[in-house]
Amino acid sequence: MNSIALLLPLALIMGSIGLGAFFWSLRRGQYEDMDGAANRILIDEEGPLP
Amino acid sequence: MNAHLQTGRQSQPSEDLLETILVVPGMHCAGCMGKVEGALRAIEGVASARVNLTARQVRVSHAGSVTTPRIVAALSGAGFASQPREDDDAPPRSAARALFAPLAVAAFAAMNVMQMSVGVWNGADGATREMFHLLSALIAVPAIVYSGMPFFSSAWSAVRNWRTNMDVPITIGVTLATALSLFETFSGGHTAWFDGVLMLLFFLLAGRTLDAMMRDRARAGVDALMRQAAPGALVVGRSGTIEWLAARDLVPGMVMRIAAGERLAADGTISAGASRFDRSLLTGESAAIPATQGDEVLAGTLNLDAPVDVKVSRAGKGTALAEIARVMEAAGQSRSAYVRIADRASKLYAPAVHALALVSGIAWLVMGAGWYQSLVIAISVLIITCPCAIGLAVPVAQVVASGALMKQGVMVKDATALERMAQVTRLLIDKTGTLTLGRPVPDPRALDALSPKSAAIALSLASNSSHPLSRALAEALAQRGVTAVTLEDITEIAGHGMSAHHAGRKVALRRPDASQSMATALDITGEPVRLITFADALRPDCAAAIARLKTMGIEASILSGDNAAAVATISRDTGLTAQCAASPADKQDAIARLQAAGERVLMAGDGLNDGPALAAAHASIAPGSASDVGRSASDMVFLGESLLALPRAVAASRRTMAVVRQNFVLAIGYNLLAVPLAMAGYLTPLMAAAAMSSSSVIVVANSLRLARAAR
Repeated sequence: MNSIALLLPLALIMGSIGLGAFFWSLRRGQYEDMDGAANRILIDEEGPLP
Repeated sequence: MNAHLQTGRQSQPSEDLLETILVVPGMHCAGCMGKVEGALRAIEGVASARVNLTARQVRVSHAGSVTTPRIVAALSGAGFASQPREDDDAPPRSAARALFAPLAVAAFAAMNVMQMSVGVWNGADGATREMFHLLSALIAVPAIVYSGMPFFSSAWSAVRNWRTNMDVPITIGVTLATALSLFETFSGGHTAWFDGVLMLLFFLLAGRTLDAMMRDRARAGVDALMRQAAPGALVVGRSGTIEWLAARDLVPGMVMRIAAGERLAADGTISAGASRFDRSLLTGESAAIPATQGDEVLAGTLNLDAPVDVKVSRAGKGTALAEIARVMEAAGQSRSAYVRIADRASKLYAPAVHALALVSGIAWLVMGAGWYQSLVIAISVLIITCPCAIGLAVPVAQVVASGALMKQGVMVKDATALERMAQVTRLLIDKTGTLTLGRPVPDPRALDALSPKSAAIALSLASNSSHPLSRALAEALAQRGVTAVTLEDITEIAGHGMSAHHAGRKVALRRPDASQSMATALDITGEPVRLITFADALRPDCAAAIARLKTMGIEASILSGDNAAAVATISRDTGLTAQCAASPADKQDAIARLQAAGERVLMAGDGLNDGPALAAAHASIAPGSASDVGRSASDMVFLGESLLALPRAVAASRRTMAVVRQNFVLAIGYNLLAVPLAMAGYLTPLMAAAAMSSSSVIVVANSLRLARAAR
């Protein structure tokens, strides 16, 4: 019973953190350009980033 | 001048930075993104540039000193055509994005409730079970209300109009199961169904999100194509100044200067100059029409020969072009009455399921069970028959099939397109631009006759002109591996041709002295004049495509606006029957006649004149090279030149619908197995969860077989 009292809230808190992070990324527009994000890693940047 | 040119949407994020959004249809890979962003950042005064590849747009944040033409010039220097985005073509809001949040909430809640349900199934008892149920309720109820909203609102709007759709049984099942579970929770009962309800919502939302993502992607591709046509014209001011105005800023009375090879942005009369015009986009007529001072010319026609000044008589909504768009809108209304297969299925399924639940409830009551027990059994029947897998049956199959088609260059624009395409029995196909390539192609025999030296000179001359024939010649020669030579003092005389000097000899690519057909003459001093004729060629694989359609039971015939002679040639080459000189209204009538006779017509067309026919037909397809109107009116757009896209699209659609029907049988069959258990009162939440997830997995797996449907 004691372990449940610890594990349940823990699971819920960690789950909510994940959910919160997802909502944050959704609001920040990280899902606006899925194709672009997939391709961007292939761009060879020459010199320092602007 | 800048005030007119900066039509891109601009806002001022800070005092001195402006933001301009440009549409760059040519971007398609990481290299393109890098080049576009690099070219823009190299401009003095540009703070940042960020590409959105999905929307084929770039957002530039820059100082006021950087003008839009400067940005466009930088991009064209990097090899990309671009134009400022107009306010009214902001991409429509993504349908999938609105579903991400409900999907995430349903997934989170389903997982957390499931871990407690597993505890209960494993024998948690007394206070522990009650606490688990209470915690589940605390998580599940808000999550169900939030994630279920897309279904609740859709069901409500259907019920309000006395209709039913798939969302009505879903809503009833979800609501009753939640209510029963709440009652169980607060009365200290044994069973709660929160996990099943949340899992149901999660699966359904997953199917719906996939569906929306597929449509967003197809629409983004089509939108990018649509923005390629530059709507606007150079306008000559009173004092002789020339400025570029967007089509919507043109007003009657203005004088447009139309270069050779340019399309008219408004209707008008020629005030200076004479040229020939290609009206094939508007009427399907392939022969160029000469027009001189005082003649009327229409928006959408292509100026072939010489620059002319055109006084605008009607612009925007008043043009002949806009009139066709209005006819098209009216023609499309019959199609919007089409009922999706999922909704047709639910029309049968929902009443059957609800009757079954009612009958089992009443039967138990009659046999002497209590009110509570009868109600529980009726609700458990509803839960087990909740159309979880049925909600996935259609969208997953369509997503997989559309993905397969997109890989083959066919974009599915409309969600019901696959369903309608699968039913077609008859094909009507436009000639110019659909059956043929829609552009002049030089006669290969004439090109074979050229010596390598003459071919190189012809390529060099042609590549310096923007005349449609020159462009076609340059493209054909370049494809044959001809390389250009250097020429001196190149001059272009409008309406006559190109001339230059090469190695001391005068060379010219000019209008032939006497020729009936479309042709150009290559005139090299000291050599005989070579005549190169042009014709609109049939698309490759034309015969194979028509033969394949025939084996599928689809008879094809030509429906063209072109003159009888031109249609007869093509008709002979393809062996198809043809109707020629058909006006847009004639085409619409031809379709209406066939559909009244019980045929389901597939219309393939590209021009403005096909717009009403494309909208009126049971299903329609347009080539990627089609006019804006053609592309927006059709259900599918195929890229590339091969006409094999047509049989491929029909075959893939038929296979999709076969899989959808299998999915229905699998999903309903699976639920039917569990229904007797529910009616006998033996159904447990564990069984419901197992039945729901396994039937969903089976349906998804069956749909994935469509990944190779578009071969």
